[in-house]
Parts: sequence; C-alpha cells; structure tokens
Amino acid sequence: MAQSVVVQVGQCGNQIGCCFWDLALREHAAVNQKGIYDEAISSFFRNVDTRVVGDGGSISKGKICSLKARAILIDMEEGVVNEILQGPLRDVFDSKQLITDISGSGNNWAVGYKVFGSLYQEQILEKLRKSAEHCDCLQCFFIIHSMGGGTGSGLGTFLLKLLEDEFPEVYRFVTSVYPSGEDDVITSPYNSILAMKELNEHADCVLPIDNQSLFDIISKIDLMVNSGKLGTTIKPKSLVTSSAEAVKKWHQRPFDAMNNIVANLLLNLTSSARFEGSLNMDLNEISMNLVPFPQLHYLVSSLTPLYTLADVNIPTRRLDQMFSDAFSKDHQLIRADPKHSLYLACALMVRGNVQVSDLRRNIERLKPSLQFVSWNQEGWKTSLCSVPPVGHSHSLLALANNTCVKPTFMELKERFMRLYKKKAHLHHYLQIEGMEESGFMEAVSSLSGLIEEYNQLDATKSMPVEDFPRLSIAV
Amino acid sequence: MSIVTVQLGQCGNQIGFEVFDALYTDSHCPQGLCSKRENEAYQASCKERFFSEEENGVPVARAVLVDMEPKVTSQTLSKATQSGRWKYGQHSCFCQKQGSGNNWAYGYSVHGPRHEESIMNLIQKEVEKCDSLSGFFIIMSMAGGTGSGLGAFVTQNLQDQYSNSLKMNQIIWPYGTGEVIVQNYNSILTLSHLYRSSDALLVHENDALHKICAKLMNIKQISFSDINQVLAHQLGSVFQPTYSVEGSCHYRRNPLGIDWQVRPPLPGLPTLGKASLNRGLHFNMSIANLVILRGKDVHSADLGGFKDSALYTSWLEPINAFNAWKTHRAFSKYEKSAALVSNSQFLLKPLDTIVGKAWNMFASKAYIHQYTKFGMEEEDFLDSFTLLEQVVASYCNL
Repeated sequence: MAQSVVVQVGQCGNQIGCCFWDLALREHAAVNQKGIYDEAISSFFRNVDTRVVGDGGSISKGKICSLKARAILIDMEEGVVNEILQGPLRDVFDSKQLITDISGSGNNWAVGYKVFGSLYQEQILEKLRKSAEHCDCLQCFFIIHSMGGGTGSGLGTFLLKLLEDEFPEVYRFVTSVYPSGEDDVITSPYNSILAMKELNEHADCVLPIDNQSLFDIISKIDLMVNSGKLGTTIKPKSLVTSSAEAVKKWHQRPFDAMNNIVANLLLNLTSSARFEGSLNMDLNEISMNLVPFPQLHYLVSSLTPLYTLADVNIPTRRLDQMFSDAFSKDHQLIRADPKHSLYLACALMVRGNVQVSDLRRNIERLKPSLQFVSWNQEGWKTSLCSVPPVGHSHSLLALANNTCVKPTFMELKERFMRLYKKKAHLHHYLQIEGMEESGFMEAVSSLSGLIEEYNQLDATKSMPVEDFPRLSIAV
Repeated sequence: MSIVTVQLGQCGNQIGFEVFDALYTDSHCPQGLCSKRENEAYQASCKERFFSEEENGVPVARAVLVDMEPKVTSQTLSKATQSGRWKYGQHSCFCQKQGSGNNWAYGYSVHGPRHEESIMNLIQKEVEKCDSLSGFFIIMSMAGGTGSGLGAFVTQNLQDQYSNSLKMNQIIWPYGTGEVIVQNYNSILTLSHLYRSSDALLVHENDALHKICAKLMNIKQISFSDINQVLAHQLGSVFQPTYSVEGSCHYRRNPLGIDWQVRPPLPGLPTLGKASLNRGLHFNMSIANLVILRGKDVHSADLGGFKDSALYTSWLEPINAFNAWKTHRAFSKYEKSAALVSNSQFLLKPLDTIVGKAWNMFASKAYIHQYTKFGMEEEDFLDSFTLLEQVVASYCNL
C-alpha cells in the first residue's frame, strides 16, 4: 500500500490539519482493535520506537509503539503550531518536521511566496526528502491551506512548484479554503488570484472549500441537535463535526466544528485506498477519472450524512436519501449548485454497508435530473469501501467536476478587479523584490482563461447530443 | 490435462476465488446422481485440471494471483486458506504497492515491462507443476487499469512464450452506466490487443449478471459477491469434466477443446441454401454453439431447437456449428443443468455501444493526456478503433 504526506501551511492549514490527525487516529483506533501496525495505518503514520535516538527508530511491523504523523507543519507565525505542540496531539508530530518563523506574512501573498519561499526553500526540501525517505512507496502529497491570507496562500503555493520539480511522480492534492464575500482580510482577493495561478499550473487536483458553506452546514446541524423533535435523537459520536460538544461550543469557536468537516472530507477521500472493499478506489484513480483536461482539475465535494439518527433500523429510503442529499446545494462544501450546472465527471465514494445494487439504483434514479457533458454521458466513477466512518453505518462522499465552480471564480475575479482598478494596497506587494504588476496581469489572465473554458462547456449544455460519425471500414 | 489460471486485478482475483471455490465444492459434492466409480473419475479429472496436491492433502489451486496493490490479493489468499478446504500456493502471488490508477496505459506500458520477468516466472513455475498443460485461463476486467492493461500485456507474453497452448480470457464487461469513467477507453484498448493474442474471449456482462441476481434469484441487496458467485457457477458448469463425444467413459481430456475460431468462407463461393422451421423470427446469428448438459436424462434430451438453421449464418450448416457435451454426473446438486456457450451476434450491440461512446470521448480529446503521459499515442487509439470496427462489421454481416 502506498503512503501519503500531509503538508499543512499557515494558520488555517494547520488548524484543519490538526483536526484531521485527531480524526485519523480515532478512526484507526476504532478499526484496528489489536494495536498492530498494519498497511492501513502506515498510509498516514510511522511506527517509531521512541527510545531510539536519532532516525533509526522506525518499526515496520508488529505492535504499535508510538505513532508519528507523516506530516510537515509550516507557519510563519508561532502561535498556532505552538498550541498544537502543547495540546493533546503533541506526541503525534515529529518535532523535526516543523518550519516556523516569528513575524508572519502580514496577509501578503508576496511575502509568503517570494520572501519566505526563498528563505526557507532549502529547509522545506530537506524536510520533504526526509518524509519521502520514510515511505516505502510515496503516492501523494496533501496540501492544506487557505487562499486569502499570506502564508498559506503564498508559501503554500510556492511549495507546489517545489513538489512538482522534486517529486514529479507524486500526486499533489490541494485542499484550499477560499475567502467568502465577507472576509475580513481586505487583500484576500489579491492573495487568492495570485495563488490561483499556481494552483492552475502546479496542482493535480484542487478541492475548493469556502467558510460560508461550512458555516451554513454547521447551522443546519445545530438546528437538528437542538430541535428536540420527537425521534430525532442523534447518535452521540456520529456527527460529522465529531461531537455534540463541538457543536454546542461552536458559537464561541465556530472554526473547530467547521474544520472537522474538512478533516472528514480528507479521511473519506482516502478510505477506499486504506481499507478493504468490494470495489476499491486508489488515490491515483481520482485524478485519472475526474480530470478530463489538465486545467480543469477543480472538484466540488459534498459529504453525507451529516449525522446519524439514533434509531437502528435503516430502511432503504434513508440510504437513498443519503444519495439525494449529496447532490443538493446545501451539502456542497463551496457555494455551488451542481444540479443546475454541467457535469464533466462525478465520483461517488461510499463507505459502510452499501452494496453495488444500492449504488446502481440511485445512479439510475438521480441521473435524469443531472446534466452531463455530451462526451461523458455516463461519467460516473464509483467505489465501495466496507469500513464505515466512526459512528456511522454508511457514508457518501461525492466529488464533482462541474461547471458550478465557475461563479466562485467569477466573484473572486470581480472582487479583485474592484481593488485593482483603484490600485488599492498594491504597493505592499510591489515593494517586495521580484513582484511586478505583470505578475498580477498574468494571474488574472490565467483565471480568465479558466473561466472561459467553463463558459465554453456551459454553452454546450443546451445543444442536442450528437454522435460523432464513426470510422467506416471496408470489409 | 491441466489449466493454469491467471487472476489479474481486483475483479480477476475476486472472481478467481469464487470460481475455484465453486469447482471444489461441486467436485466434492456427495450427491453426484451417478455411480461411485463415475463420481471418483469426475473428481480426479477436476482435480487434475484445476488443483495440485499439497503434502498435507489440502489441494492447491493451479493459479497465479497478480495485482498492483496488496489489499485484494491478501484478502483472497486468506479467504482460501481459512476455508480449510483448498488454498492458493504460498508463493503464487505477485503484488505491488501502488495500483494502476484505472489507466490502461499504466498497466500495459509501465507495469507490464517492469514486472514481466517476475510474473512470467511465477506462471512458468505453475506450468512446470502440470503433467500436461492444456492452456491458460486469464480472468480480468476491461474497465480498470491492471486487469485490462496488464492483462493484455501478459496475454501477449503468453502468446509468445507458449504459442502451442490455448489461451482463453474471461473478460468482465462493466456496467453500462459507469463504474469507471474511462472504462470505454480501457475496454477498446483491451479488446483490440486481446484480439491479436488470445484464442478465445469469454465474456460476462455485469449488467446481465446483475439482472440474473435481481430477477431470477430475487436477491434484494445485490453485492459483488453475489454477482461473482453467479459467474463462478456458470463457469463451473462449463469447465467441469465432461464425456468426450464418442460416448466412452473417459472424461474429455481437453477442457478448452472447441474450435473457437471460425473463418468465414472465401468470397465467391455459393452460400448454402437453407430451409428453416421458424421463419419470421429474428435470431442473433451464430457461428458456433455449444450446449453442455449435466445430470438426469441427458441422453434423452431434445436438442433439435439448437439445430435450426435459422440460428446460423448462411455459410454454415448447423451440424458443423453445433456441439453437445453430455455427462451423467450432476453439477452442484442440480438434478439437471444446462449451459450454453455461444459465438454469435449477441455481443454485437454492447460492443457497438462501447465503441461509439469511446469514439465520442476520443473525438473530444477528453482524458487523452492521461494515456499519452505513459507513452501511448493517438495512433494507438486509432488502431484499436479500426480493429474493433472491423470486428463489428464482421459480426454485422453474419
């Protein structure tokens, strides 16, 4: 089995990353009752004998001694990483796999990319190589960051080019948190557009997320938990937000519950690669099936169910409801409505007690209400993993390559243009060595090109599906 | 005479297990509905074909398991061992860490050459255990990356290395409404390559098997396990020992021995005049049909319907195209059972559909970069399309 390395960059990236490692440990603890270090755990964790000083402590089989996350934590401020290292997960992280600074990036992409990029390039490469050496077969880098700030956005995307050059055969999956309209960082449009260019050129697959959607999902869950409707007691450990406690406290710490959703996304994405099932789906299959053209690699994701009700009997109707919900705009992790846009491809990754007939029935049921591009009318990729997530009997992750991402990109461009027309705050960027106005122009042009691709696809929506004339053969 | 089975990819390995299990269970079935001596001869024949003997009496399947990632093969190996009744050879498995990513080009152009020696060595070892080799049975799917791409590569190698042995590929036709988005590409690439190196392609469609589970067996929540068991049952009833046509009491020695390849007559020869019993009914034209009957009253069964010339193409007499094998020994506790293996226009429509969909996708250039990344070119796709259009046309003209 192959291994993956998580690189968490900036405040957002590290906070989400932290939730991810917490959930991953819990999931493996629930599945692996005997405490044996097996292939599934090794995909994200090393087994280390902590009594051995230096690097020799790796144990490849047998009982679990001490688990270390295959992670690199990068932040240009110390606050978040320090908090993690003092918290309950401190032993999970290898203290040598951190890169921190003190001053932060000032919400400036150029500082993150140009200044810290060149300053820390060697160190970053060294840590990456070390991580790779610890892997039997490194398959994928997961990068977690936000687009609107300085470190996650700038240094996070600087990393992509490094990874592409140094490890060209390893996939680069990026989870990017996009700024919502009411983002309080004024320069977030600049940072996001500059970062988008890097994502366009150097990422294999991007999973865009936006905070507003996560917030709306949490509100819905909160409503259910507190509604007190008859028969709606929720099973205690079954919330996507991982605990009722997190939901109750969410008014003070909303990001905890929100980050857990993203953490669940990453766990479910990799579940079929880690655990057994009747129809496995490895990480390299995601890119193969969902990216028909290299530039169109943005995937809209949705997770269902968000919670499981306590009653034990799960009739088929509930299962079918799970499939329907995956396509509703309320369950998407960015503001998007895939049902009313054009699908290029769709993946359904199911976990738990679901069989192929359930999958087929639901695909047939939902297909008529969805529009697929003419050359991919049956563009479904499916997987069945036998191991459900903790607290659920089954779950579904839907990944869609769909033109419904277009509005997010168009809004971003609009916000950018509003600032750029007035040249507002531009000097903060231009004063950084290596930054010129042409950089901004190139970034906008890259985004415009992407939007145009989606426009052209959308234009085919109302056209009748015609078959291309076949080769004629002389018999 | 023995058959060596090569199970490739998740599909191939999951099915392979069910097939060996079905074969074993049937051969050890106490109610053979025949004499003890006959039952023992049947068991011995089945054993020789599919199993070799291990020291402590547990039969070992004559199989090589190949997959590019470890989860399925380790499950398959342990399921067999835990059953306690039969198992796979300890060293019969070849697997890697990373899978083929549903990419035919990766399976064929990267994994193939890289692991050629190891895989062919494993197969060689298995062949050496056989007193006499009748041929290879290769189980693979068309939709994924390993079964399809690596399967095509291995079959080619078998053609080169064992050109005198029969190679039969069991291919699984994916569900029409998508299991893998690039399944049509993978399918046409697989089929076109197999056409050049395989002797026979035995096809099972997931959709058809699914319908059998739903309509005929009334299973409510159908799993791949159910589907694979139906498939294994069908294969078992074809491959288990049968009498040779002469009616002697020896079981037919070559289980793959049918003239699978039939050539149309040279142009210019007159077509044979036909009188048909059933005018007006439209049948899928057949080139060859084989009926296998097992159990009670096999010799009195009326097979007249299979000999109707309306079933066969104009340049064939039914007597040349139809074969029947009959055995008293019942299969899998069924008092009477029949199996039909047919080379006919039955698969014309599914084949045409897959070629059409793949062509539409190819015309839009979608996903092509994923294949050219690993050394394939658009030329290779065009060659495949050309070959398959010829196959479609040939079957159309029956």
